Amino acid sequence: MPLELFTTGEPIADTKAPTDVPIGERWSERQFRGRLVNPANRRKMTIIVVGTGLAGGSAAATLGEAGYKVKSFWYQDSPRRAHSVAAQGGINAAKNYRNDGDSVHRLFYDTVKGGDFRARENNVHRLAEVSVNIIDQAVAQGVPFAREYGGLLDNRSFGGTQVSRTFYARGQTGQQLLYGAYQALERQIAAGTVEQNARTEMLDLIIVDGRARGIVARDLVTGEISTHFADAVVIASGGYSNVFYLSTNAKGSNTTAIWRAHKRGAYFANPCYTQIHPTCIPVKGDYQSKLTLMSESLRNDGRVWVPKERGDDRPANDIPEDERDYYLERLYPAFGNLVPRDIASRQAKNVCDEGRGVGPGGLGVYLDFAEAIERLGRPAVEAKYGNLFDMYAQITGEDPYVTPMRIFPAVHYTMGGLWVDYDLQSTIPGMFVIGEANFSDHGANRLGASALMQGLADGYFVLPSTISSYLADGPFEKVDESHPAAVEALQGVQEQTQKLLNINGTRTPASFHRELGQLMWDLCGMERTDEGLRKAIDRIREIRQEFWSNLKVGGDWHSFNQTLEHAGRVADFIELGELMCVDALHRRESCGGHFRAESQTPEGEALRDDENFAYVAAWEWTPEGQAPVLHKENLEYEYVHLAQRSYK
Amino acid sequence: MTASMQSSVGNPGAEKRGMNLTLRIWRQQGPTAKGKMVTYKITDISPDMSFLEMLDVLNEQLILQGDDPVAFDHDCREGICGMCGVMINGQAHGPQQTTTCQLHMRSFKDGDSIDIEPWRASPFPVIKDLAVDRRAFDRIIQAGGYISVPTGTAPDAHATPVPKADSDAAFDAATCIGCGACVAACPNASSMLFTAAKVTHLGLMPQGQPERNDRVVNMIAQQDREGFGGCTNIGECSAACPKGISMETISRLNHDLLGALRAGARPKS
Repeated sequence: MPLELFTTGEPIADTKAPTDVPIGERWSERQFRGRLVNPANRRKMTIIVVGTGLAGGSAAATLGEAGYKVKSFWYQDSPRRAHSVAAQGGINAAKNYRNDGDSVHRLFYDTVKGGDFRARENNVHRLAEVSVNIIDQAVAQGVPFAREYGGLLDNRSFGGTQVSRTFYARGQTGQQLLYGAYQALERQIAAGTVEQNARTEMLDLIIVDGRARGIVARDLVTGEISTHFADAVVIASGGYSNVFYLSTNAKGSNTTAIWRAHKRGAYFANPCYTQIHPTCIPVKGDYQSKLTLMSESLRNDGRVWVPKERGDDRPANDIPEDERDYYLERLYPAFGNLVPRDIASRQAKNVCDEGRGVGPGGLGVYLDFAEAIERLGRPAVEAKYGNLFDMYAQITGEDPYVTPMRIFPAVHYTMGGLWVDYDLQSTIPGMFVIGEANFSDHGANRLGASALMQGLADGYFVLPSTISSYLADGPFEKVDESHPAAVEALQGVQEQTQKLLNINGTRTPASFHRELGQLMWDLCGMERTDEGLRKAIDRIREIRQEFWSNLKVGGDWHSFNQTLEHAGRVADFIELGELMCVDALHRRESCGGHFRAESQTPEGEALRDDENFAYVAAWEWTPEGQAPVLHKENLEYEYVHLAQRSYK
Repeated sequence: MTASMQSSVGNPGAEKRGMNLTLRIWRQQGPTAKGKMVTYKITDISPDMSFLEMLDVLNEQLILQGDDPVAFDHDCREGICGMCGVMINGQAHGPQQTTTCQLHMRSFKDGDSIDIEPWRASPFPVIKDLAVDRRAFDRIIQAGGYISVPTGTAPDAHATPVPKADSDAAFDAATCIGCGACVAACPNASSMLFTAAKVTHLGLMPQGQPERNDRVVNMIAQQDREGFGGCTNIGECSAACPKGISMETISRLNHDLLGALRAGARPKS
């Protein structure tokens, strides 16, 4: 590895989890050892929460209920829009309501294994413990989960697990859980404990005496850039899948809050761990603005196939049975079409690379329900998947009851994020990171129905408990906009904003975003190589240079300017993209969603290198022109047995 | 720009995708500015594009020409966040019962003229062009659209069984995405369907019973304060609702309201 790409610094470690007691006692022990803030003092403490998805919405509501003064920020018009709303499948919890052998320990074990042994045991165990409280909380809020005729909650098996631990609300579980958190948040806004800042975007972090003390934010309607202060800052701004331009994320989802915090000193962990979801609707044309996911529950009854012959462009129904390759059933007889997401995605890429893909550009595979319709009857298939079939028909104009669906993988979730300790505190004291924005629980691959679980675990239960240990030293000395650190941060944001407007070149933010996204998809997507990643890094540096010399953004910053918003986000995506490639390049092993072509088994499966890479890569930002610094957090497995994943 | 100005954008050299359209779009600089319809010609539109992708194409071209792109709200682009929504030829979300982001250009034909306007209701002031401020909806929720259950106080999830039929009906009402199409479609600009969806969702769940009376009177009082019109059971709201929230929710709200008032519930002032 050439020296110029990165340097290695001091190792990093979590010091908060009490490892002197057994893993099942560590969370309660941490809560006991942690310090508390008495209710009268909470009123004197202010906490900024950025984002109102499952993590941020639930945290802001819970902190407000506890008596803190909360300032909540979101970029949409209403907190109910946060992209958690789009999660379809469900939420895991170790309730063992099915009496099928589930337990906290099994959920813990499955999650660490599913993450391909790159997650921190202590955090995952706590997640499994807290999972049961989330369901209780949501039901009490009136979340209309699916129920059985006896009135009790229904469960299903999800994402290849052998127990039924997934709670769901048809295909709209994220929406219903988010509305539960949103309503709790609105209740606190009405009670006056939470101050609302709608359509306001965080653009920098303010650090005073080594502590996170506020943010710089832009009101997207008036354009006003202002400073906001608090005793602690919580970032819950979600993931960064939109670095790929096309992803299943909302158009506004961005990395800006965590990236600017990273540039202020927060380490960024495992940026290259991205999840590519196998069942999305394929790209139609160069005008495509986003990708739409179809719940992977479809793979319970749909059969995935491509033609045996490359370049076979007959309509699907004209291809006889013996000329079809049901490649997942062929390669993985035990799991068949239900292999984990990373494997299903990569095999789709492989058959398309062989020239056997279907649809426009050969970038698609069939997901065929003909056999299920014959076996179960059309009404039964309609009852199970009707809304998904309708959605598919709406977008593609094709009838999936008659012709097989075409699907292709798409970027869906980012396991990487800002590094946090057991208390969910970043490397900047007083800045906490929760939900998808942090890195902590999913290792190199997230299991289905675990994102909602983690967002709500962090927001309802973990953060509100751990943050009091930090705030017990507060309230901290009052800071206002005249503080030199605030002045510097505010001016920096104003200057960068003006700079974006001044370039007045010939390319739009979207044009740069598309180019970056295509490059990331080609070279830092489902399969990564040493050569490709080096090429990507060189190219990203060129894109960055061109961006800052040839960007065109009209209008000014003193008004509602959506082009300007996009430009600022693309600037950060470009820098993040480079770090993702450096991280992917340095990790010369395959694990979970990170597949390095140089590291595979003879059968073509991901090959981990536990001896050299069983660590979290936490990156420290360095000023432009200097290589980022790698800090390793060693991963030790006391309770889970390291093994090669096998789904054969 | 003037109302009569025609701004012709397009990409004449590119491969032909199909449709040439005339767009008449509401342009309004800010909440207090005077707005007007401006005409744009757009060429080469694929029938597979979503309606918002068609607007993206227009905006890319406007930016490059140095013109102000059309402001419109959108986010998830998969029909669930409720952020998008415009009047298309006088219909909320256009000719199909779906969100604007899920409307595709195959619903139109070559040569069509399309009028695009923001939601029009005084409680939804225009921010710019097609983007409006819908925070009035959040304030209706603040008035009572919740169950008061602070984090950590919940009993076990199986402590209270809920009949499946009630739970399913509650779910149907709870799928409201708060887009505002109901208000935009209603001749009275009433928000009754939005409020009724939440009253129905929470009122059907046993967990929602303790606050049921106060909830309905306070949410109704708030929607009146916001300036939404009265409901006269016309039904345009439900016909325009992308999630198919039914008029039955309004009957249920009226039933609950009457019961609450009889029981002595009065709105907080």
